[in-house]
Amino acid sequence: MSDSRLLQPAPAPLLTLMDLVVDIPGRGDGAPLNLDIRAGQCWGILGPNGAGKSTLLHTLAGLRPPRRGTIRLQGQPLGQLPRRRVARLLGMVFQDHQDGFPATVLETALIGRHPYLRPWEMESAEDHQAALKALRQVDLAGMETRLIATLSGGERQRLAIATALTQDPRIFLLDEPTNHLDLHHQVAVLDIVRRAVAEGRSAVLTLHDVNLAARYCDHLLLMYPGGEACWGTTREMLVPNALERLYGQALVTGEVEGMPVFFPRTR
Amino acid sequence: MSRPALVLPILLGAAGLSLGIAVALGSVPLTPTETLAVLTGGGEPLHRTLILELRLPRALAAFATGGLLAVAGALMQVLLRNPLADPYVLGLSGGAAVGALLSMLAGLGMAMVSGAAFAGALLSTLIVFGLAHGTGSWTPTRLLLTGVVVAAGWGAFISFLLAISPTTELPGMLYWLMGDLSHAHSPWPAWIVLVVVVLVAMPLGRSLNVLARGPLQAAALGVAVRPLEWTLYGVAALVTATAVTMAGSVGFVGLIVPHMLRLVLGNDQRLILPASALAGGILLTLADTLARTLIAPQQLPVGVITAMLGVPVFLYLLYRSR
Repeated sequence: MSDSRLLQPAPAPLLTLMDLVVDIPGRGDGAPLNLDIRAGQCWGILGPNGAGKSTLLHTLAGLRPPRRGTIRLQGQPLGQLPRRRVARLLGMVFQDHQDGFPATVLETALIGRHPYLRPWEMESAEDHQAALKALRQVDLAGMETRLIATLSGGERQRLAIATALTQDPRIFLLDEPTNHLDLHHQVAVLDIVRRAVAEGRSAVLTLHDVNLAARYCDHLLLMYPGGEACWGTTREMLVPNALERLYGQALVTGEVEGMPVFFPRTR
Repeated sequence: MSRPALVLPILLGAAGLSLGIAVALGSVPLTPTETLAVLTGGGEPLHRTLILELRLPRALAAFATGGLLAVAGALMQVLLRNPLADPYVLGLSGGAAVGALLSMLAGLGMAMVSGAAFAGALLSTLIVFGLAHGTGSWTPTRLLLTGVVVAAGWGAFISFLLAISPTTELPGMLYWLMGDLSHAHSPWPAWIVLVVVVLVAMPLGRSLNVLARGPLQAAALGVAVRPLEWTLYGVAALVTATAVTMAGSVGFVGLIVPHMLRLVLGNDQRLILPASALAGGILLTLADTLARTLIAPQQLPVGVITAMLGVPVFLYLLYRSR
């Protein structure tokens, strides 16, 4: 193990996309995606509404089959791995949360331990500790017994992130993680993601805020409305022309603290 | 945290008490000491016959039926992620009723009526879930709507059967439709199904908790959603069919018992499922005792009692909860 790591400077990819075409019903094939997501990388997916960003994340999570191509998770075909194993490696935060029944905040964070527990097993003290720690990380400490129906949109979103943290996966797949969050909590949540990535995990997130993506992601995947896509390091991808074409919106470009910033041009 | 640990022992105690009340009350009321004497192997011969051959089998049948109905409701509510789901809303009991009434019309014996009810419940399940599945995905709303429409169809068929039936058959049919335990003499099949189902469902409890958060979230947390949904559906159909076969259509137990327990205990299925089995059993045992003593020597259909008890209690809990 250690020999091969010495020979290979780049860590083995956690997630490999080979000629991947996602299946968006009623839509033609998009450009096939060929990329490796490695430990320590944070990938941002940018694109206009309806470009298929969420569908791609769901496909990467193994929740829907791709139209073509394959996804490998640590070298093994994703579709052939048991769901329980996948759930220990991939943690997904969804855009919407279905809360059909009443549940408390702590219970909701604790379901993140599900892939680690055997059928008859109850959550242990360590599982509770992990859930409480995750709740502290997202600023929900002290709200453990609150019912989820009483949470605000932003608090519910942070709880979903706490559930994913409790799940403790190698790869985080985050669909609009900053949705409903105020400015402080947007930065706080992305800081959590950055720390997780620094620990050797990886993250793939869809974002609408180009400037946050520029600051937090080291790689970007741009998904155009026509189905084309391009990807690379953030520095390569943040070209004003490309972004203007991506969103169909003229931009004003500036620079703050040595980083490019983009604003929509308004009349 | 101490609440869950206390609930099951309390319910177990209440279950014993409800069975005790059921065997003590009746046209010949017995004192607690007389009842206890019979249950410990002594007592007068008349009391022994009364309890061991008449009241105890019926009380046990009522208990098992109530438990089955409550468990069926609890499972279907998770499957559909809708607190309004229950075997009756989904048309399962309607199918059973049509089967039972058809065999009554044909003049078949009680055993055939039970068999036909069982077949009708399973047929209805197949129709509802088969149609709701269709070509697309299995959305809870579509399933619930299909169930409601199929139930309405069975309802019309039941009215048709009642309209063409000879008047001599009508009272028996109406009693069956309202739920009646006076023909339930062998409680053991229902007990076996109840115990097996609770034992099978308990280890699935945590997966059900996750499924209650939606199928995508459940799949993302490692639940094999499709197999679990089919298991739930099969088990709920079997449980409902067994209950309907025992007692005809008893309404409200499957809807009210899990709902009441959720309001008090939260939504951990590992607790809700066994608690539903016990609380449903208690409710139907007491309801059946009322049904046969309230206007004795005449008997009421037990479904009338569950509805009259269940509706106000449910409305009160709903009103109080917000």
